[in-house]
Amino acid sequence: MSTARSRLGSIGGMLMRWEVFLAAVLLADLVFNSLVSPYFLDPLTLSDATFNFTEKALIALPMALLIIGREIDVSVAGTLALSSVTMGLAARHGLGTVPLAALGLGTGLLCGALNGLLVAILRVPSIVATIGTMSLFRGIAYGVLGDRVIKDYPSGFSWLGQGYVVGVVSFELLLFVLCAVLFGMYLHLTIFGRRLYALGSSPEAAAYSGVRVTRYRFWLFAATGVASGMAAVLLTSRLGSTRPSIAQGWELEVISMVILGGVSVTGGRGTIPGVVLAAMLLGFVTFGLGLKNIPGIVMQIIVGMLLIVVVGLPAVGRRFGKTGARSQY
Amino acid sequence: MRSRRDLGLGALTAALFGAAALWFPGFASFAGVRSLADDSAILLLLAIGEALVILTRAIDLSVAANLALSGMSVALINRADPGLSLALLIPLAALLGAALGACNGLAVWLLRVPSIVVTLGTMAMYRGCVYLLSQGTWVTSAQMSAAFQGFVRLRLLGFTLLSWLALSGVLLAWWLLRYTGTGRRFFVAGNNPQAAVYAGVDVGRTQFLAFVLSGAIAGLCGYLWVARYAVAYTDVANGFELQVIAACVIGGISIGGGVGTVSGVVLGCLFPGILKNALPLLGVSPFWQTAVSGLVITIAVIINARDPSAGRRRILENRPA
Repeated sequence: MSTARSRLGSIGGMLMRWEVFLAAVLLADLVFNSLVSPYFLDPLTLSDATFNFTEKALIALPMALLIIGREIDVSVAGTLALSSVTMGLAARHGLGTVPLAALGLGTGLLCGALNGLLVAILRVPSIVATIGTMSLFRGIAYGVLGDRVIKDYPSGFSWLGQGYVVGVVSFELLLFVLCAVLFGMYLHLTIFGRRLYALGSSPEAAAYSGVRVTRYRFWLFAATGVASGMAAVLLTSRLGSTRPSIAQGWELEVISMVILGGVSVTGGRGTIPGVVLAAMLLGFVTFGLGLKNIPGIVMQIIVGMLLIVVVGLPAVGRRFGKTGARSQY
Repeated sequence: MRSRRDLGLGALTAALFGAAALWFPGFASFAGVRSLADDSAILLLLAIGEALVILTRAIDLSVAANLALSGMSVALINRADPGLSLALLIPLAALLGAALGACNGLAVWLLRVPSIVVTLGTMAMYRGCVYLLSQGTWVTSAQMSAAFQGFVRLRLLGFTLLSWLALSGVLLAWWLLRYTGTGRRFFVAGNNPQAAVYAGVDVGRTQFLAFVLSGAIAGLCGYLWVARYAVAYTDVANGFELQVIAACVIGGISIGGGVGTVSGVVLGCLFPGILKNALPLLGVSPFWQTAVSGLVITIAVIINARDPSAGRRRILENRPA
């Protein structure tokens, strides 16, 4: 009993330290960036840097809930591409900004619901199901568009991804902050959030305790689909064009963001503040290296290493502290 | 149960092949079969390596990046010294791949980092290293020696060496998993890690071995890929890891570990392979082919990859709260 309690305490303590650690690294990176470039601390530059992560981070929020609930969705970038293509086709037929955005969200919802159907109801393991739908969604985008580009968006549409609400606060940033607060409250302050942790810690026990596991899984996938649709609206509006290759490889960047944020891939652990900090960290590190003209692919090496080290460190600590149980996956 | 799964998929694959052959007589001709074998060979080899890893209840997302890094390495060596013998280069590619796989395996074994995290990280790192190594340049066919490119095209009894390599990979894996203690331990470790420990199987070490084997195969495939397509660049085989995993899953390798057969993997590669070779004959635009194979993968996993305990759990979960 006492060991169980002390382990819980140490996990709580570790999570506390985790967010503090992320915040410290973020701060160090901001200081580093401002030393590297005198233009970095300009409010406009800082605001510009947020575009580096807001769209991915929007998807990372529901993805964090999914992974806490022991599921995963690798089809998010495919969903984004399909949403973007749908909007592009509709824009050609003269749809306005608001219906276009609604269409983007709706496509995302449909894609997410299909994933939810496969995983929650047909009981296909989520990584398997979403690998299939990833090729399906991306494939439809390629099939419809081929090697063409759609650029016929109405003039007002660009505001969504490029516009500012107050001063240097962009619409994207505001939307992301709002969503982060909503997701944070849902996960950390409501009974639904507590149930999600229970579901992630042990789906069987959660089911016996009256958590409606199937329903949870379905709606988590649907929410992830909507968020991917939202990211599609913002990204398409920011770029002003749709290609079928849009957001290629984003699924892995989003998942990296979530894991770096301290969410356990074995489920049941993780916080929204952690994910938000990780998103900002990745965004600002990439932006800072961009200021130094370091190519994105080199950046990849650093992020990959960071990912292994941050997840490995606590395990190494446990290993030399005391022998713990091997994680299963 | 397992063999019934294979039989169903086998019947489906045979039906697909038969339909394609009836429609297009050329499909079942010797040339048709030869090109099908050639097109499926690399996927098949990689899928076998991946299957070993998945059997131990782990996953390797870094196979395609490993392939690119090993392939680029030997291509660069060949460019720098065209005279260097293939008898050295090919084992070198496999060794390089094995070393990269060992990095994955060590992190999983000793650091106890979940394999999906490790290989997500190394996938990015290996791919980045290809860029650093090549400085973003391409190695084109003009810069590769004739022997380097020709090896995979050598014919033996009508089939290319590439196809024969894939066949020997299949036979080796079948023998390993069926007749050796090491092979049986892959199943034990993945089926029930707790019980495996009590049975004297070191789960971490078994996973390490699986990663090394998967890495060695990926390294070998690096050479094969670069030689077959006669070009090496940073984005070689980008995203191919998901096709490899899909082939395993279609073939009935359970993502939860411990369940699967080599014959299943072969079918899991042939089924999409036949489809991919038949679609252009049907006049389907190449742009639609990803969508069709995505649809097929999705349908196949619904049939073939459902959680075996789904029935039992579903009853449990549908109980009123």
